[in-house]
Amino acid sequence: MEKRVVFRSAWLPYALLAPQIAVTVVFFFWPAGQAIWYSFQLQDAFGLKTQFVGLDNFKALFADSHYLDSFRITAVFSFLVAFCGIAIALLLAAMADRVVRGALAYRTLLIWPYAVAPAIAGVLWAFLFAPSIGIVTYLLKRNGVDWNWVLQGDQAMLLVVIAATWKQVSYNFLFFLAGLQSIPRSLIEAAAIDGAGPGRRFWTIVFPLLSPTTFFLMVVNIVYAFFDTFGVIDATTQGGPAGATQILVYKAYYDGVKAADLGGSSAQSAILMLIVIALTVVQFRFVERKVQY
Amino acid sequence: MIENRPWLTVFSHAVLILGIAVIAFPLYVTFVASTLTLEEIISVPMPLVPGTHLWENYSRVLTAGTEAGAGAPVARMMFNSLVMALCIAFGKIAISIIASFAIVYFRFPLRNFFFWMIFVTLMLPVEVRIIPTFKVVSDLRMIDSYVGLTLPLIASATATFLFRQFFLTVPDELAEAARIDGAGPLRFFMDVLLPLSKTSMAALFVIQFIYGWNQYLWPLLITTQESMYTAVIGIKRMITSGDALTEWHLVMATAMLAMLPPVAVVVLMQRWFVRGLVETEK
Repeated sequence: MEKRVVFRSAWLPYALLAPQIAVTVVFFFWPAGQAIWYSFQLQDAFGLKTQFVGLDNFKALFADSHYLDSFRITAVFSFLVAFCGIAIALLLAAMADRVVRGALAYRTLLIWPYAVAPAIAGVLWAFLFAPSIGIVTYLLKRNGVDWNWVLQGDQAMLLVVIAATWKQVSYNFLFFLAGLQSIPRSLIEAAAIDGAGPGRRFWTIVFPLLSPTTFFLMVVNIVYAFFDTFGVIDATTQGGPAGATQILVYKAYYDGVKAADLGGSSAQSAILMLIVIALTVVQFRFVERKVQY
Repeated sequence: MIENRPWLTVFSHAVLILGIAVIAFPLYVTFVASTLTLEEIISVPMPLVPGTHLWENYSRVLTAGTEAGAGAPVARMMFNSLVMALCIAFGKIAISIIASFAIVYFRFPLRNFFFWMIFVTLMLPVEVRIIPTFKVVSDLRMIDSYVGLTLPLIASATATFLFRQFFLTVPDELAEAARIDGAGPLRFFMDVLLPLSKTSMAALFVIQFIYGWNQYLWPLLITTQESMYTAVIGIKRMITSGDALTEWHLVMATAMLAMLPPVAVVVLMQRWFVRGLVETEK
């Protein structure tokens, strides 16, 4: 879509774009270019000499079992976060769409976790599940569960999944609620007259009509789990125990900042960029076309 | 209401109340912990009714911080977070609105090129270019400064898109009338477009304020002095290894304080927030 009426000026549009473009070039393109450039280089232990090594950093990464593990962990983590977040939000939104009384109060009480920083969400849940003093740990132990996420990888994963999902449910909830409210009532009424019960109406009419929203949220939730959960991980498990919660972003950060492996970390950044680009393309191509049955 | 099924309605309310209870549980425990002493918290199980040390804990963290972890007063950290959130929110709105004005209301060489340049930044979150961005900022001597905390984060493709979408819906007749009356592009922008964009700006403000306040990785890298910590970083620094050494009552008081401004913004500006969220993502 284009404007029919436009203004004419030789310099004004450039001046108006200048701040945005300047920030973009200095803080986005230049660093991203450098990340790609470093990913082809090898630095010695003291950071004195660098050497061009072509694809060696990438080859080393894919030969490294820790990196492949990190891929697997990221896949499990993002699937769990996206699936649980979407399922819980859909249930709550479907219920909130039904009730008349107190709808606004319910919405208000469900959306506030969106405003909580991921790192704080991590701290809150880590406190509830803290191995020695946590209140939930106490209840679990009384029921015979040996709970200690500091030592057990599966439990650490469960903790970060809970914290990350908790924060994301409110976001998904709002989108599902908006989606549900845009479904024409006449469709549901027609089905009700034909004798379809609430469950059947939901699965054969409402859920298929919500599929664009569901698909969109799936992509957004995966992006969230890939990148925005950095704070959750860093504030709780820091990738441990023994790398059980070390997702790709955390590994890139750890290798670059803590282990000072510039080439390896940059190669990981380059791979992450590819993943983001792929996800963005998927989102735009499919969401634009509207997934429907 | 399509049909009357009282049991289903009761069930819906029950599910919602259960959901709200589960979601609010961590917040409640945090609040309770922030009103207790450390001894009360570490005596398992900790009490689940608020204690009597609310004022003591909050005034202590606001003015003095903790002993074991970060020692800076939380009031200072809250101020840093506020500066960061406001600069990012206003900065993003300001540079995006003029950029999309240029893109929508002018025809000029390289217009599409610039549009794509802004678009591509969607694909480069800070997390994927951590070290080089940090290097650029340290070369520019912006470590431990408000400029370093905010400037790299104010370029925003989403805000530019939102304003572009909005400008495209503004009737052409307005620009035509302005031109006939002899108003230049800047006059049109200030007197017609800005007043029309108020709701879009309010919606974006809520989203970007939360985005700025909740930043984690960036301030973690950029701040080395305690006086520059943001509230979220401060909490992280207060947690020392080992459950018993951490002053949990103070950590939890700080967490409550750090959550308060963004949650208040979301709840009080709920209408704009919902609109902004659903629109920016389209």
